[in-house]
Formats: sequence, structure tokens, C-alpha cells
Amino acid sequence: MKYEAVIGLEVHAQMLTETKIFCGCVTRFGAEPNTQTCPICIGMPGVLPVLNRRALEFAIKTGLAMNCRISRYSRFARKNYFYPDLPKGYQISQYELPVCENGYVEIVVDGNIRRIGITRIHMEEDAGKNIHEGMGSYSFVDLNRAGVPLMEIVSEPDIRSPREAVEYMKKLRTILRYLGVCDGNMEQGSLRCDANVSVRPIGQKEFGVKTEIKNINSFRFVERALDYEIKRQITVIEDGGRILQETRLWDSVTGITEAMRGKEEAHDYRYFPEPDLVPLMLEEKWIDEIKSTLPELPDAKRERFAEVYRLPEGDADLLVSEKELADWYEVAVKLGGQPKVVANWIMGDLMRLLNAENKTIEECPLKPEQLVGMLKLIDNGTISGKIAKTVFEEMYRTGKDADSVVRQKGLVQISDTRTIEKYIDEVILKHAKEVERFKAGEEKLIGFFVGQVMKLTKGKANPQMVNELLKKKLSSE
Amino acid sequence: MELHSLSISELRNLLLRKEISVMDILSSVYGRIAGVEDKIRAFLTLTEEKAVEMARRAQKMCANPKPVSAAALCGIPLAIKDNMCTKGIRTTCGSKILYNFLPPYESTVTSRLVESGYVLVGKTNLDEFAMGSSTENSGFHITKNPWDLERIPGGSSGGSAAAVAVGECIAALGSDTGGSIRQPAALCGVVGLKPTYGRVSRYGLVAFASSLDQIGPITKNVRDSAILLNVISGHDLFDSTSAPIEVPDFTGSLGREIKGMKIGVPREYFIEGMDKEVEEAVRNSLKKLEGLGAIPVEVTLPHTGYAVATYYIIATSEASSNLARYDGVKYGLRVEGKDLLEMYVNTRSRGFGAEVKRRIMLGTYALSAGYYEAYYRKGQQVRTLIKNDFDRAFREVDLIVTPTSPTAAFRIGEKTDPLQMYLSDIFTISVNLAGLPAISIPCGFTSKHLPIGLQLIGKHFDEESILKVAHAYEQETEWHKRRPPL
Repeated sequence: MKYEAVIGLEVHAQMLTETKIFCGCVTRFGAEPNTQTCPICIGMPGVLPVLNRRALEFAIKTGLAMNCRISRYSRFARKNYFYPDLPKGYQISQYELPVCENGYVEIVVDGNIRRIGITRIHMEEDAGKNIHEGMGSYSFVDLNRAGVPLMEIVSEPDIRSPREAVEYMKKLRTILRYLGVCDGNMEQGSLRCDANVSVRPIGQKEFGVKTEIKNINSFRFVERALDYEIKRQITVIEDGGRILQETRLWDSVTGITEAMRGKEEAHDYRYFPEPDLVPLMLEEKWIDEIKSTLPELPDAKRERFAEVYRLPEGDADLLVSEKELADWYEVAVKLGGQPKVVANWIMGDLMRLLNAENKTIEECPLKPEQLVGMLKLIDNGTISGKIAKTVFEEMYRTGKDADSVVRQKGLVQISDTRTIEKYIDEVILKHAKEVERFKAGEEKLIGFFVGQVMKLTKGKANPQMVNELLKKKLSSE
Repeated sequence: MELHSLSISELRNLLLRKEISVMDILSSVYGRIAGVEDKIRAFLTLTEEKAVEMARRAQKMCANPKPVSAAALCGIPLAIKDNMCTKGIRTTCGSKILYNFLPPYESTVTSRLVESGYVLVGKTNLDEFAMGSSTENSGFHITKNPWDLERIPGGSSGGSAAAVAVGECIAALGSDTGGSIRQPAALCGVVGLKPTYGRVSRYGLVAFASSLDQIGPITKNVRDSAILLNVISGHDLFDSTSAPIEVPDFTGSLGREIKGMKIGVPREYFIEGMDKEVEEAVRNSLKKLEGLGAIPVEVTLPHTGYAVATYYIIATSEASSNLARYDGVKYGLRVEGKDLLEMYVNTRSRGFGAEVKRRIMLGTYALSAGYYEAYYRKGQQVRTLIKNDFDRAFREVDLIVTPTSPTAAFRIGEKTDPLQMYLSDIFTISVNLAGLPAISIPCGFTSKHLPIGLQLIGKHFDEESILKVAHAYEQETEWHKRRPPL
């Protein structure tokens, strides 16, 4: 029998606010334990939460970007459970009335557009962190992260394969980064994902029994964990077993998911409305204001790039994957670079150099104007396309402009007929046998001769002139 | 007359006329404490050293009160219920689980008192986490009623009410979740005001039931109540539930005529089994008000019968969550165990008393999956009906008058059945559910010389009306001038 997977993702995104969601503590990552805390976020007796307006703005912004309905009336709820990293014994979250509902994002898989529904986006506070290493029989608690604002983005069970799940996650990440509301860093945990997954025979309408997979902390693991879990479920069913509704932990070392013990997951969170915070009543005017600050989003940008710059889909897709990359591209084009040529340089040499150093476009030492400056040198014949590769790499390494690289390294193209002829004569003299064969009709040898001249000139000869002059010489001899 | 038995306004006049010094008042108060505290046991912590320091500062402030209003409490020794955080001063909430807790921050109310130049006498006893009506649930000791040392002072602000009644402080702050200011004030023969929910910031008040808790003054007379309310009221950026509305000068409403004011008398509050002497005192008070030109109007609050049940669902639900933070991890008591769960269980078993545990269990149950709809949500719905009752009644009348408590102070150990104890708040609980302001003032004595309280309930944010009527009544009576025979 053939099966299909039904997947829904719950994505937690840490918001890039300067301060925590209910107090004024800073949210910087990696500080000494418990140095970014106050009576409020460590849950002292008598303290009260006050909502960070910026966090609410970020959630609304995200909802708008993901086509959600923004609730004019929403409120916070308490999720009650005991854990040392949860100082109040409850997490302030949203339950019955989240701030955003009923949205969607679109992803492209194998050339098809798939629309993935967003059930809801709600705000909540992050918990702290327990530290177990190196403390003997005691554990310690770091509450720097307690109270850092999170958005939980819950999808509909619209995802049908691990690849779609990855594309969906990537799309969320791109949008969040475009909005500047989350840095999308999965390794540092600012983007986390739990997956609900079930399988069913193709054609069946009802969902199968689902499991929830926790602890997935990289794009690679999204795919691997889901692959594993789907195969596991199919095997269980085909062996005549039943899937248990349970929570399973993904172990990235062993590459498998394992059921959590029943006791650990038998939570009754006893949600109830947070009495310390008043319900949120959003004004139309504010929502409109936020809407007007939305940047051009990746889908719109991709379409525009494809249309205005006449780029193939694949090029546009890659260029808009990061807002900064798209901006870099557009600056270069606006400065006079040929759209397709600039795209090729970015997707080829620039990406290669950046990836080699594991750098992002924001850390790129090369400026768009430097690329354009180099392209002008190609256009006016100062350097050849081949030499340009060397020039580009040199610009990247040294930060110098193309002009000075070309000057200092003596890379100016040889376009002087007499000089080129000198080199051609030398090549013809050296390769008499090949000349014979050429004359006998083996015309494809012309490439060989060009190559020899280029080698002799260390690539500096104008290849077009070499070509023409060679043909003239060879046929006249 | 000893200075400790005077009111805020009387002492203020003496200070302004330079007939006494701030230190004189403090010495008188501490003298009184030395004399009676052994018998009353109103305090959990006395802060004499700190008080002397604050008094010295106040003396300077009094000498040069730039904006006079800013120093409204200059040099006045006040007691604070021990569930309000005072920076660096032990704040226990009457619980063993916080026996050693030193708050690293100051509550908003006490910050405002500090700005007004008050002097902290000490932190007063209460039922553990303000859960109780007799102060018998304190994790440390029982406070006695100054009128009869065999009897309870009421609760949960029993320490504050007893201290004011006996002159161990000039006035005090209490907190009121279901009657915890008004009932002890009534039982100790002093004035207790629960402001409108949202009038006074809760920041720094250790939460019992967040949607019901409200801080208010316990004083010797109505004017002092208005003076204290002036200082502690107003929007606070640290409390989202505090109301961003203007605060009037509450003393401005005192001394005005009450002629023509309509006073609601709810049918449901004069019930079978109510103490005859209490009923008589309340009826006499109504006559007195009528004599001053007020017009009594019978009103009905039909959902009154559900108030106690509703309250014990909502208050315990919120409490079960609010008290989760006392887990032995961060502060307060920790009783070790072989693993995390055992540490939790040991700490909370040892740290909490029976009543607190009972309420945590009740609230946990009411919020549980499968019961939430039947209990918590139903409770919220009934709460709305109770609120609507008052809204409807207030279309007819300016304020509502009831007894504060169905009986005068009962004997220590007399009420062993929790349900029986819960019923002693039967007249005060609805006010918290509806978020209304209410004041209890002395209105008579039983044949055993125990004080009786009269409750005046106002519209939302209309503390002025109840203060005005309470003050007019007080001017015509002598009940508030009686002092316990100690």
C-alpha cells in the first residue's frame, strides 16, 4: 500500500526585541547566567507583568505578513506546570484568543506552488535554562532567557512530505528575517520546531493517529526526523500494529525518535485567562500603521525580480531568499550592472567565496559598486571575462576596487593587434604539426590555438581579437 | 490623651503647630507596643531601627514641607500587612514558606508612603497568604482581638486591624480579597476601606487571587481613610490592571450633606440566622442615616446566594497558580529531597499550612481538564451575574448599606469547619467579585462589648460617596471613639 504523510508544524520564534516581554531586562544572547534578570522575570512574590508593546507589534507584523486575521480582541492565559526553569510555575501564553489567526504562506516544491495554512500565531514568554553539567549532584538554573518574547506559529496539517516541511520552515525563516522580528538562528535556538505527524493510505480522507516530535533544532533534522518518523509509523502499521498518540523526542545523534515516558507528557496545563493582564483591544489605526511599515515580502520581490529584471525563476528565488542579498543585488543593478550578469556573479563567484568562509551577505567584504566597477572594465575591454574572475577574488580578499587590482597586478587586457600577432606567430611556429592539420580541414583546432595564446599571455589577451587574428593568419599562410 | 491613640489628622495638626515632634509620636507608639504587644501579637516583624531612621528623615521633611500635599504622612507611624513587599525587610505573607524572604524591591504602595514621609512601625500578622477570616491560619502565631483576648481579630488583615485598634500604630494598610480589610476592621472597631479594583496598584502585593486582591487603609476614622487613600491611589505603570483614571482628593468629599442620597438596602443581606444584635445595630444605623436626610430604598441582589461558592472557585483557581512559584528553587524555604519532585513535595508540604493546601487543591481541581467548564468558567459567568445585580441596583441608589459581618468577633478555635469560616465573609465577598469599593465603619457594640461594623458599598470608582456618607454617620456617633480596655 502507498502512504502519505500528514504534517503540521509548531514553530517557536524568539522575537528580536531589545527587552523581555513582561519586564525591562535585556534579551542579549550568551551573557553570564542570571545577569539579565529582575524581580519580575525571576518570579519574585508580588511582581506583575506589563506587556512589551514592541513584542505585540512584532506579532501583528508577522500575522499580517502571513496573511492572518488580526484579532481585535485577544488575551493572555496561564499555562501551569512545575519546572525549575519556569520561575512562576506557569508560563504566560495565549490560549483561547490568540493575536493572529487563519493565515497562510506559499511554498514552491518541484515547481508547484503549495499553500500551507497558518492556524494561529500567539505570543508567549520563554522559560529559563537548567544547567546540569559540572555541578556535582546539583543542577543550576539560568533565568536570562526567562521572559524573552516568543511567537508560536502553528500550521494547519497541510504539509505532505519532509521536503515540504523544510521548505515551509525556510519560508517562515525568510519572512521572519525580512520583517526583522526574529534572527532565525536554529543553532542558538531562536527558531525551534515541534512537528505533529501521522500517515494514512493515499486516498483516505481521515487522518491517522499522530505523534508529536520535539527537539528538532536544524533544517537538516526537520527532514531527517520526519523521514524517520514516517517510515517508523508505516512499518508499525504494516506489521499490524497501532500508532500511539504520544510525544517523541528526536535524538540527532542516533537519528531516531523515542517516546517520552507517559508521566512526563501527562500534562494538564490548567490554562486560564491571565488575571494580571488586561485583554488586548487593538485599534484599527495601529494595525494600519503597522501594515504600512511592512517591507516588500519575498514572494512579491521574487515576482518583481523575475518580471523587471527578466530573471529565470531559479535566479529570482535564490536572490530573494535573504533580504540583504536581494538588496545587494538591486543596488548593483541600479548602479548599471546588467541584471542577468550581476545575478550570475552573485550566484556563482560571490556565493562560493561567502560559503567557503561560512559568511552571510551581511558580512560580505565586497560592495555592489565594486562588482559594477569590475563589470565596466569587462565591457570596455580593459579586462577579459576570464581575468575578471581573478580580479573579483582579489577584490573580495583585499577590499580594493577593480581598477587598482587590475593596475597593481598588471591584468590589463592586451588589445594591441601587433602585440597579439607576435604571440600568435610564436604559437604557430611552435605547433607546425597542428597548423598542418588545421589546414587539412581540422577546423576545431582553432580552440587549441586560442588556448595556447591565452596561456602565453597569462590570460590577458583579448580573446575575441586572438580568435579573429588567428583565423586570418592561419588561412593566409 | 496619648499620642498613639490619636488620628493622622490630629497628629498632623500638632506637628504643624510644632507642639510635638515626629520622635514623640514614634516613642508613644513604641511605648504602646512595649505595653500590649505581648498580649495582642499583631506584628510578625517590628522595624524599630528602621523606624527611627525614617522618623529622622521625616522630621526634616516636616520642617520644610515644600508641596505640603507631598508630605501628607510626614512622620506618621504606620503598620503594613506582611504581604506587601518592603525592600530588605522580611516579608513572610504569614507563611513558613517565606519565613526568610527579604524582598529585593519595594511595593508601589509602600513606595508612595515613603514619598509621603511615613514611618514603618512593622509588618503585621495575617492568615497565611491572606487566606482566612480570623488570623488563626498564620504560619507563625495567632493575633488576639484587643476587645477580648479570647477572641479572633478577624482576618486576614487581623494584625493590621488589631494594631490600629489598640494604638500600636496610627493607621495601617491591609489587603482585601473577600473581606480581609473590612471584616477585621468591623471586628476590631476601626474603619476599613477596600477601594475599587484597579484604584490602588497591586505591584508588590504578594498575590492571593489577582482579580480580587486590592490594598486599602485601616484607620481610626473616616478622614484618615481618605488621607491614606489619597496617597496610595492612582495608575501604576507596573500594574496593568491599575486604572489610568484621575484620582480626586478624597478628603474633599467629607463634611458634605448627604440629604437626598438614596441608600440601597438589599433584601438578601438581612437573613435568617444573622446575629440579632448585629441586625439591630445595622437597622439603627439606617435610621440614623435617614435622620440625616438619606432615603433608604429596598433593592435586590438576586445572585447573592451564589457569591460564596463563586468566590471559592475563582479565588482558589487563581491562588493555585499564584502560589506555584513557592517551589524551593529560588527563595524561601527549601526542604531537600532525593530528586526534584521530592524536593518540591517536601518543600510545599512543610511550607504551607492546611488552609493554603486546601485552597491550592480546590483551585487545581477547578481548573483541571474536564472540570474547567463546570467550575471555573461557570464561576466566571456567575461572577458577571453578580456584577450585573449591583449595576442594576446602582441605577436606583447611590450606595448600598449592609452589615460587614454576620456576627461580632468569635472565639479563638470556635470555627473548626472551613465552610463555617468561609461564611463569615458572606456579606463582603460579592463586593470583590464585582470589583466595587466598600468601607466598614463602627456602628455599635454587642452586649459583650464587641464592635459591630456597618458596610457601605459604592459604585465603581465612587469611593467619594461612601466616604461622604461614612463620615456624616461618624460625625453623628461616638462608636469610633471607643477604645479597647487595654
